[in-house]
Amino acid sequence: MPTIAEKIGMSVGNLYNYFTSKEMLAKDLILYIANILGEEIRQINESPLNTQEKIESIVHMYFKIAKDRPETIEYFLRVYLSNREVFQNCCEGMICVSAFVTEMMIFFEEGVRCGELRDQDFFSAFGLFMGYLGGMVFISGEHILPKPLEEYEHTIAENIYYALKSR
Amino acid sequence: MPSNPAKLKVIWLQGITCNGNTHSFLNDPLLRSLLEKIDFLHHPLLPCAKTLKELVKKLPKSDILIFEGAYRADFERAGVRMEELLNALASKSKHIISLGSCASFGGMFKEADSEHISGILFDKEEQNGPLKEMRDKVITLSGCPIHPQWLSFVIEMIYAEKKIMVDEYRRPKELYGYLVHNGCLRNEYFEWKVDSDSFGTKEGCLYYAQGCQGPYTHGSCNKILWNEVSSKTRAGMPCVGCTEPSFPKFGLFTTKTYMSIPAEMPLGIPKRSYLALSGAAKSFHIKRLEGKLIDDNA
Repeated sequence: MPTIAEKIGMSVGNLYNYFTSKEMLAKDLILYIANILGEEIRQINESPLNTQEKIESIVHMYFKIAKDRPETIEYFLRVYLSNREVFQNCCEGMICVSAFVTEMMIFFEEGVRCGELRDQDFFSAFGLFMGYLGGMVFISGEHILPKPLEEYEHTIAENIYYALKSR
Repeated sequence: MPSNPAKLKVIWLQGITCNGNTHSFLNDPLLRSLLEKIDFLHHPLLPCAKTLKELVKKLPKSDILIFEGAYRADFERAGVRMEELLNALASKSKHIISLGSCASFGGMFKEADSEHISGILFDKEEQNGPLKEMRDKVITLSGCPIHPQWLSFVIEMIYAEKKIMVDEYRRPKELYGYLVHNGCLRNEYFEWKVDSDSFGTKEGCLYYAQGCQGPYTHGSCNKILWNEVSSKTRAGMPCVGCTEPSFPKFGLFTTKTYMSIPAEMPLGIPKRSYLALSGAAKSFHIKRLEGKLIDDNA
């Protein structure tokens, strides 16, 4: 907390006025990020796009946020997913990322309902989709990718679609 | 209510039926007192004034016509086609009770001949049955079978000359304003998304894995208990939605899902709201709800 307070030019005591503990700060940050992602996917869900186009839009949105606001996705991958013990008493299960996961549920449910996606366990599909995107952003952050992230958008979206589409 | 009202004259007519509602009626614990308020001009099983063959010779007026079973125009009783017999008896009756899901919407028998079999007022959801011109006289009591006290409630209300509030299918709101989900002893499991993985147990919610339709079926099964002690869901059997015009559905004991998400949301609940709430509830592990209610090995 002292380091964060110093970075934002605020006294430690004042920072504690906003966040009573580092766990509460960690929780509010992941809620904030999940709400950003959730709202973006909600707009895609409510658009007239077909499922393949929605996948393309989600991939584009995710990589754009990773590029324009890297702290958001990085926090999700490197803090939230990697330090679960920090969140165990205030963010059980999917509570703090509910806004994002709910929209992904709706995306998958509607894709299966209209016959464009194959019916399967939600987490199998969710893991394939978000694990893929998260992995790409992670190795991009490690400067391993030879090309900019956005150049992979189309092929990644296509891979996801072909992996999930109904046969 | 009149101080000493006359007994109601009742005709019980059967269409295409399994007799399920008649048998249910005989299980009414208050049948004796109910019979003090009604006289059966005709009933297929109980002592009554006339056989059906005698009745059709000169069709009498009645206070209540109870119709049990599905309707088909060319189905005959006492040598008379149902389209003629039902219409004549209905027009001479002050009240008509559509008894059971077959009489109400076509029900199970409609599955055999969907084109020609219907309820007397409704054909599934459509109000185009043979008594559509007399709709205001019809009270719908759907259910497979109906709870006997649902019928006695309606008869008592008519006897007392009280107004019966009805819903869009003319079902009494007093009985069908509730969902089967209301009063289910498994509601805590539903709230915290603890599923039952088999029939006949006391624990777990039957909605996710066993096809329970309680959250979108109108009926007071968990308010007015069956045999005064229990209900399907209390005994570990999923509600099959028998009071709704969509009954019978296929795959009664499985919950249709898309990517693990129920295809049908609880009645009136937006999908986004339901998924957000259920996702949050699933995040918690309530130890008390994971064990047996009564542990034989404890």
